Amino acid sequence: MSTTYWETEPHHHEEGASTNIGFWVYLMSDCLMFAVLFATFGVLHGSYAAGPGPQDLFDLKLVAVNTAMLLLSSITYGFAMLSMAQGHKSATLRWLGITLVFGLCFLGIELYEFNHMIHEGAGPQRSAFLSAFFTLVGTHGLHVTFGSLWLVVLMVQVAQRGLIPANQRRLLCLSLFWHFLDMIWIGVFTLVYLLGVI
Amino acid sequence: MSAHSQHSDHGHGSYRSYLTGFLLSVVLTAIPFGLVMAGGFENRFLTVGVVIGCAVIQVLVHMVCFLHMNSRAEEGWTLLSTLFTVIIVVIMIAGSLWVMFHLNTNMMPQMDHDLLPERLRG
Repeated sequence: MSTTYWETEPHHHEEGASTNIGFWVYLMSDCLMFAVLFATFGVLHGSYAAGPGPQDLFDLKLVAVNTAMLLLSSITYGFAMLSMAQGHKSATLRWLGITLVFGLCFLGIELYEFNHMIHEGAGPQRSAFLSAFFTLVGTHGLHVTFGSLWLVVLMVQVAQRGLIPANQRRLLCLSLFWHFLDMIWIGVFTLVYLLGVI
Repeated sequence: MSAHSQHSDHGHGSYRSYLTGFLLSVVLTAIPFGLVMAGGFENRFLTVGVVIGCAVIQVLVHMVCFLHMNSRAEEGWTLLSTLFTVIIVVIMIAGSLWVMFHLNTNMMPQMDHDLLPERLRG
């Protein structure tokens, strides 16, 4: 038997073995995009153009309810992941459904807020502050929208094919995405809403 | 080929970690909201400091309890890429604010009419 000093076989990678790290790098690049939007908002946060400012526009009670919705959706997604790890298909689907409801509540409240502001004449075209506000908060909302869409697709997948490894991998990616959006929201409610009203 | 499956180094956590994270998040959200709704401290900078401090702690809580981040996941690459991102984010946000603040004060003094000393107004 001869000794080999190099690997003669090509590396074998499990299917999806690099998905986690790849998705994580995507999230980090998404984080950089949000950082740019946060920086833009930070620079323009005082440019009201004699229009309404945060004190006139923001309803902190509504923002608190919205924050609660997203936080609750985060923990229910966590429970879905725990059910998935135990192999309980129906429990996983149930928790994913509850997560979706909380996510849609968040979106509904945010759309209500946007609609209210635009009807008061405080739309994105009113001032640089409002342009930056709608871009930052709207981009986050758009992420939650696509996350919800992804959630629906995965619920159909799980319902049809069960908790196969591919679906487990997808659910793990969406869980990273969902928790990541909750973390971005911490930045939004702190820097945009709370610091604006102080 | 590694002996463990891909899920072993990316744990799903436990009820305990999720509940701990959730309760800490509720507290760390309630403190800044309650503080700002109640009008804040006398010292504005103290209020800002507490609000931002709570946010930073809550982000860390989310990373540990919800994302289950640790230095071992993906042989440390998750943590390394995160640290790199944090550095870039800090440079980008702090740098933008710093540069644009100076741009405003140096280039357009007449725009900040209220900030001018009394003797220079009008």
